[in-house]
Amino acid sequence: MDLLYFAWVRERIGTGQERLDPPEAVVNIADLIGWLATLSPGHAEAMREPERLRAAIDQRFVPLDAPLGNAREVALFPPVTGG
Amino acid sequence: MIRVSVDSAPIELSVEVAALEERGAGGVATFTGLVRGDDGVTALELEHYPGMTEAVLIDLAEAATSRWELLGVTIVHRVGIMTPGERIVFVGAAAHHRREALDACAYLIDRLKTDAPFWKREQIGEGARWVEARASDGDAAGRWL
Repeated sequence: MDLLYFAWVRERIGTGQERLDPPEAVVNIADLIGWLATLSPGHAEAMREPERLRAAIDQRFVPLDAPLGNAREVALFPPVTGG
Repeated sequence: MIRVSVDSAPIELSVEVAALEERGAGGVATFTGLVRGDDGVTALELEHYPGMTEAVLIDLAEAATSRWELLGVTIVHRVGIMTPGERIVFVGAAAHHRREALDACAYLIDRLKTDAPFWKREQIGEGARWVEARASDGDAAGRWL
């Protein structure tokens, strides 16, 4: 699965993109956030406050309880601030 | 009749407005967002989600054209580094009558604020901070549901 990170999520993790293979127990976005937090201190810092995170699966916004299904690309980022 | 652009080049207002005027409409409504210089901000950096951004903006433009009778819709968003006073976003709608153009224009900018994957980072002297989302933006977008 391709993971994409933006804004301060990207900065804390130290990369904007990585390919990872989450364990089978990771079935939704919230699980994924919990699992990512165990990977490195940077990941832990980025995932520390899940309520401040937003997500997209295959370039569509989804809530944090959305199932990953056959997601190819999952993005995690703060609430958007464009315009 | 839909034009969507996400680019690091400066936004050429006269070119964008002229293109909408050529749609043969009775009126064109536009909104231009500028980089604020509040709180000692010296530069603003715009990050986005390439691919998803363009898809979301096209969806927004199509939603506007199905909601109002429009002859043209333009959404241009700048990305990269810019300085206070520079244009960051332009939205415009051309329609036979003012009400459709004005409402569509407000709809486009309100929804863009909450639905399009852009993130602002403010440079203040030697430091920098990510801009926090505002609840009022969600309220503004919510009135179009």
